[in-house]
Amino acid sequence: MTVRVAKPGFFATVQDRGRYGYAHLGISPAGAADGLSLRIANLLVGNDENAPALEMTLVGATLEFEEHAVIAVSGAKCECKVAQSLLPANEAVEVAAGVVLQCGSTTDGARSYLAVQGGFDVPIVMGSASTDIRGRFGGIEGRRLESGDVLYVRQGNNPKVRHLHSGALDASQYSGEVRVTKGAQHNWFSPETYATLLSSPYLVSEQSDRAGLRLNGEAVSPREKAQLLTDGIPLGAIQVPQDGQPIILFVDQQTTGGYPKIANVIAADMHRIGQLRPRDQVRFVEVSIAEAVEALRAQERWMKKIFVT
Amino acid sequence: MRMIPASDSSLLVVVGNAISSDLQARVLTLFHTLQARRDSRIRNLHPAYASLLIDFDPLVMTHEEVATLVETVLGNGPSVATDNSEVVEIPVCYDEEFGPDLADVAEHNHISVAEVVELHSSATYYVCFLGFTAGFAYLGGLPDGLHTPRLSTPRRLVAGGSVGIAGSQTGIYPTETPGGWRLIGRTPLRMFDPQAESPTRLQPGDRVHFAAIDRATFERIQRERE
Repeated sequence: MTVRVAKPGFFATVQDRGRYGYAHLGISPAGAADGLSLRIANLLVGNDENAPALEMTLVGATLEFEEHAVIAVSGAKCECKVAQSLLPANEAVEVAAGVVLQCGSTTDGARSYLAVQGGFDVPIVMGSASTDIRGRFGGIEGRRLESGDVLYVRQGNNPKVRHLHSGALDASQYSGEVRVTKGAQHNWFSPETYATLLSSPYLVSEQSDRAGLRLNGEAVSPREKAQLLTDGIPLGAIQVPQDGQPIILFVDQQTTGGYPKIANVIAADMHRIGQLRPRDQVRFVEVSIAEAVEALRAQERWMKKIFVT
Repeated sequence: MRMIPASDSSLLVVVGNAISSDLQARVLTLFHTLQARRDSRIRNLHPAYASLLIDFDPLVMTHEEVATLVETVLGNGPSVATDNSEVVEIPVCYDEEFGPDLADVAEHNHISVAEVVELHSSATYYVCFLGFTAGFAYLGGLPDGLHTPRLSTPRRLVAGGSVGIAGSQTGIYPTETPGGWRLIGRTPLRMFDPQAESPTRLQPGDRVHFAAIDRATFERIQRERE
């Protein structure tokens, strides 16, 4: 079963939940920028939640389904049309053979996820289907989709579609301040500077991508001009270069770096970073590690509750 | 040694604050020992000059458990030897076309270009860690007479295989990227192959020797690679 890419949209890649275990070779996790939406889309069509799906950024793709398929679109809202009829989001829907699916622009976030029953069939490289753009491997030849690409779909193993409780996604996992814990070098910054990070709004710069979100706002420069000895970078680290403008390091990040890290986005809020668009405003609030881990546990409980059993 | 929670999912183990072979050996011993344990709760290990970042699944492991594991591992002494590894030989062509900064490195160190090549290809290096980009190895052990600061303005594109110098380090760009290291040569070997069982030619802790080759040999090896 194949899907032809008529138009790739702005930036579409194949992603799963990421590639782990290779950071010591300089290889970043990649994976879905909004892992929660990827999981939901996959579970709706009856896939394993780690199945390879399409991550579409800002402007969706136009795809021709050569055979009958079951799909679901989750994440940022985007108008998905077959002929003139709108497809519902966050629901498994059948598309007939020969149908053209047009995905529009995202309206309330940066990325939508299209899962197809069976999952996209791309080579597993180092344990993952995810596209590593900088390393040029994974997904479709290590790159974004292009017009004319043909995506193959795996045969599902008698999967059962699932449904969300109505209004399940209303109680949002997407609003409020972004929660952070103290970064490895937070004491390189004065208490006043650290407080500035937590009290000021920041705007997401146009120069942002899956490797890092550059923020513009009140500068948060370290106390001294001391040079940090290069160390490992955790996912979601907020590093501060000389100009004091923070950068959130994200799924395609470098594995090591030499800028001090003032704070770190908590795991339970990482998916929200993947939905930030240029010019969006971000505010941070600090939580303890214990609160961060509890938030992650609560999110996992929420994931189980939203599906009709 | 200090252990700092770097995020809700990671612990940074800091053994010092300098680039030195002693500290590097401590980091790599810890790295190799943890890696050999294949603990499924640990997702990623990021060794650096004097620290190891341990990334783990916080739903099944706590920072305290990671810290205890680190202390146990260090208490048991090195269980994996890192200093008797084979020396990996990397052929390098030090042609001017491949090493546009050879003359600058020579001038900075008040030696001739031939001496730069002689020095660079006679030392034995060790892989401190990999970072920056997939398969980029930071090599320690650069002779004092070759230390040269990086370019003030990085090049927009550096060819894959390029061998460079930055301060007291040397390294090889595995793939084409922007970069600010002083380029002195190029290897015809493929340093990163995502499809290979061992995707990177170099691993943390490996020892490395550069063998100077001429242009004809470079081209022959490159042809054989294709």
